[in-house]
Amino acid sequence: MKGKWLITVLIPLVLLIGVLGWVLKNGAGVEKDPAAPIEVLNIERIKVTKIGFELFVSNTGPEPLTISQVMVNDSVWNFNVAPQAKLERFDEGKVTISYPWVEGDPHTIKLITENGIISEGEVAAATLTPEVTWSNFLNYGLIGFYVGIVPITLGLLWYPFMKRFSRKSINGILALTVGLLLFLFVGTLADGFEIGAEAPSVFQGNMVVIIAASLTFLLLIGFDQYQQRKQEKKGYSPFGLALLMAAGIGLHNFGEGLAIGSSFALGEAALGTFLIIGFTLHNITEGIGIAAPLLKTTPRYRDFLLLGVIAGAPAIAGTWVGGFIFSPIWGALFLGIGAGAILQVIYVITKILIEDHRKHNEASVSWLNLSGFAIGLLIMYFTAFFVKF
Amino acid sequence: MSDLTKTTGYKMAERLLTEFDYGKVTKLANGQILREYEVVAIDKEIEIAKGIKFPGWTYNGSIPGPSFRCTEGDLLRFHFINKGSHPHSIHFHGIHPPEMDGLTSIYPGQNFTYEFEAKPYGLQIYHCHVLPLARHIHKGLYGNFIIDPKKPREPALELNMVMNGFDLDLDGENEFYTVNGYAFAFMNHPIKIKKDQLVRIYLSNLTEFDLLNSFHLHANYFTYYPTGRNDNPSQFTDTIMQCQGERGIIEVRFSYKGIYMFHAHVSEFAELGWMGFFEVE
Repeated sequence: MKGKWLITVLIPLVLLIGVLGWVLKNGAGVEKDPAAPIEVLNIERIKVTKIGFELFVSNTGPEPLTISQVMVNDSVWNFNVAPQAKLERFDEGKVTISYPWVEGDPHTIKLITENGIISEGEVAAATLTPEVTWSNFLNYGLIGFYVGIVPITLGLLWYPFMKRFSRKSINGILALTVGLLLFLFVGTLADGFEIGAEAPSVFQGNMVVIIAASLTFLLLIGFDQYQQRKQEKKGYSPFGLALLMAAGIGLHNFGEGLAIGSSFALGEAALGTFLIIGFTLHNITEGIGIAAPLLKTTPRYRDFLLLGVIAGAPAIAGTWVGGFIFSPIWGALFLGIGAGAILQVIYVITKILIEDHRKHNEASVSWLNLSGFAIGLLIMYFTAFFVKF
Repeated sequence: MSDLTKTTGYKMAERLLTEFDYGKVTKLANGQILREYEVVAIDKEIEIAKGIKFPGWTYNGSIPGPSFRCTEGDLLRFHFINKGSHPHSIHFHGIHPPEMDGLTSIYPGQNFTYEFEAKPYGLQIYHCHVLPLARHIHKGLYGNFIIDPKKPREPALELNMVMNGFDLDLDGENEFYTVNGYAFAFMNHPIKIKKDQLVRIYLSNLTEFDLLNSFHLHANYFTYYPTGRNDNPSQFTDTIMQCQGERGIIEVRFSYKGIYMFHAHVSEFAELGWMGFFEVE
């Protein structure tokens, strides 16, 4: 009986090996050579240096390839490839080009392989890529501080004001939080797709975002249910919920920092006062959201400090990563995790809202809650005008 | 760019610079000279810049094809065999019966003999005339066709230069511009010339996708005979331009020793491969 069971597993496996062996030996009966050489040379990062450009490239195509010529702005140019011009599959290389680039001008760099396949990289506005120096490190950290910690802490300072609200008004504020979190969820997902699209296609950046988001969402919910069963308590403690929200928003702010850091590094955005003000206005609502679950409790000061740091500090880390070591595929992964975490918070708060209203025999989509939700969305929408670049 | 290795692509460009195909010569009963040429169309990968392979369609395995040469009044027979993957033909410029004009496609595996009398003297060109034209010409099916005047030209160092371009990604824009099919060929290996020696350049433009190409010589002036005709108004200048299919003869002497640059005066073409040096000794 047991032997029979084992055989039923083995039969398809043996057949599979047979089929694969046949195809490997005799071909699949379709044309063996592609009509044109398939070569995929990815330009992952372009560094602008004092003497020219450094391109970090990888071969993500199915075959080895050789970089034979380089053109900068429609002019054939001398270059060097380290370790060598021939890249095996998944090999990485560094192309160094001496070029008298012009500050602020766009520069198009074409890498041409032996078979005439062209990969194009663009420097939107040439400016020295920031090196990892202490002063740059501090400057980038400061941007993250302004964009993350400052607005969230300011938002949290509204806590004493919101504390006087009635139960229904508090629920209205929670609905507002759902609105702004929904905006952040969609925004984070969209940013993830945008960054993921820049990653080499073999890594399927978009799928990384989806996988990271759905797994994070389900794992957090699963962990939550496990905790509840174990401790036999009902739902999150208010502080636990605030903590969860801070963590989700923190990951979102990491993504925001990533975008800002890499834009500055690529010379695509200038650090203007206007932009800092924009981010402060945009992110201040995140602080209100984090404070909302705590309205029925008496938190300590250091709880606020902790929440502010968890939600805001990742923006600092994001600007560093974006500015100095940006890689699209890691960016997609982080943003996917952030989107999943935010979605879980939306789920939890919505559940709390609905249960609370059910307990009091009220409709959960009241005018107050609907207005709160709408205001949450609209505040995020309009304050985003300041930070879209 | 500064690369002194002589790759296959460079060797082709260098060979085409001074090699002329006079055909197999016999004398007919009436005293007329008969020249017979073998022309085979074959698909061949050509190195058009260091390390860059171009899937070309060629006459006799090079881009441009051989520089056919004869004297006005000769009887010419071009035995054409198509060993390529597409129908091709040879369309010669000059004066000849329309049935020898190369408008009929010669299919792969077929052959055809073009026969006509060489006239008028001057610099002609030839190219494939099968549709789509831009594709057949750009792929490499073209070359110079020189008909010498009956009264020979003054002896000189004779150079053959066909200006052309290569579009690698088929977006209708050339990535490389070359002379005789190899980018920066004569920049890395200057063309050696003797002081005060007469230099005659048979220059034609078979660049596809661009309206014009040009030739500019540094630190000197030359005499330019459009279409290689002495009776055409000539120019004494240092820069000339040619539209697609235009050609002419440049005659020049260098009175100082040293390195003279020549290039297309379209800076983009120059920087994409159409740049070279004469070295006067």
